[in-house]
Amino acid sequence: MPGWLIGIISVALLGLLLGVVLTVAAKLFKVKSNPLTDKVREELPGINCGACGYVGCDSYAEALTKQEGVEPNLCTPGGESVARKICEILDIPFSQMLAKHAVLRCAGSLDHTTYVMDWQSVNSCAANKTFYRGRSSCYQACLGYGDCVLACPFDAIQIVNGIAVVNRNRCTGCGICVDVCPNNLFMLTTGEDLVYVACSSHAKGKDTRKGCTTGCIACNRCVKACKFDAITINHNLAVIDQGKCTQCGDCIPVCPVKIIKRIGVPCDD
Amino acid sequence: MKEMAFILTSMVLVDNLVLTKFLGICPFLGVSKKMDSALGMSYAVIAVMVLATAATWPIYNYLLAPFGLEYLETILFILVIAALVQMIEMGLKKYAPSLHKSLGVYLPLITTNCAVLGIAILNIDNGYSFVNSLVNAFGGGVGFLVALVLFSGVRRQIERSNIPLAFRGIPATMIAASILAMAFMGFTGIVEGMFL
Repeated sequence: MPGWLIGIISVALLGLLLGVVLTVAAKLFKVKSNPLTDKVREELPGINCGACGYVGCDSYAEALTKQEGVEPNLCTPGGESVARKICEILDIPFSQMLAKHAVLRCAGSLDHTTYVMDWQSVNSCAANKTFYRGRSSCYQACLGYGDCVLACPFDAIQIVNGIAVVNRNRCTGCGICVDVCPNNLFMLTTGEDLVYVACSSHAKGKDTRKGCTTGCIACNRCVKACKFDAITINHNLAVIDQGKCTQCGDCIPVCPVKIIKRIGVPCDD
Repeated sequence: MKEMAFILTSMVLVDNLVLTKFLGICPFLGVSKKMDSALGMSYAVIAVMVLATAATWPIYNYLLAPFGLEYLETILFILVIAALVQMIEMGLKKYAPSLHKSLGVYLPLITTNCAVLGIAILNIDNGYSFVNSLVNAFGGGVGFLVALVLFSGVRRQIERSNIPLAFRGIPATMIAASILAMAFMGFTGIVEGMFL
């Protein structure tokens, strides 16, 4: 038998053998996956952000199809359209979901604060906060190195004039920035048109005033202005109880440092 | 035993697959961004290299060599390795789902990885015995792991440093890779001294 014929035969036989083995293996090793889970998984965005409270999109899809009572509207990046589709697939009634957005509880841009140190190292809020108390004159101000900008999977955050600004058209409320910020400045808000306090400084009014011209000095004017007892002063900082707040906005004009703001209105006048 | 230790150390340090032989550059640059994925990929590569050698060595020595079909080496090896990796993936999915979850992403990448094919062919070219081939494959895999893990550390530093705009990203990574490769040249001759 000529050599080339042996070559052809042996390669053909080996190919056939491998083909058969793979086919048998495919049948033998078949893993039954729930077709519903696959369908739900396809609808989820697949960025594995964890806003739903599960490890990733895969495990959320699995929980939705295998466990009872898992809410179908937990995927904030997917939003309403994804929740509707999931409800369609699983044949359950759709319940309204509130859009979530992140807001920065700080208004201390460079117009209001100054840098008190010259940090010549890694450009990272976490590093700066770990070794010092931050570079701004206010110890609680936005550090402005943009750890949140890097962490945001949707490019929704930018550093403008020294503080982070959230683009609400892009923000999906996944909450990654909330975990990243070393000063814990981000807050997730539900719904539209929320009144919030754009300051996180717990220092005494006098000390806050020294570092920032637009920090809460705990003057109590907003507490008196609120007709619904929704505002309290907690450790030198005004806190709005969103349960009681009716979004009337009476507290906004009385604030002498203009830190009570309505979401949607630009941060810096 | 001495020969095995010789093969192992020379594969990890002197003849490092990635840094000296320049095989498997694609995963070296692609998967080295994070330490976790670099480790996962390397473990998968070690397993596949050893298994691929165990499959290809007998095929060459008992099928190709006796019939004078050495010229079919490359194509048959590709065929066998691809089928093998496919089977490993299916088996893992069935019997070790958690391992499949951590390694599974990298297995299809390895199917056509030239480092795996390279080690199978190197074994034949060097005329190693079966056991020595397995040791060589394992050493090659460990060398791959060393290169990837070292480089993922280097890359993390690169990302944090202030690099001129024109060099940011791939150019700086390439330069760092070449410096790392040059550093490994320093091991040349070390193994001969260790074992002779």
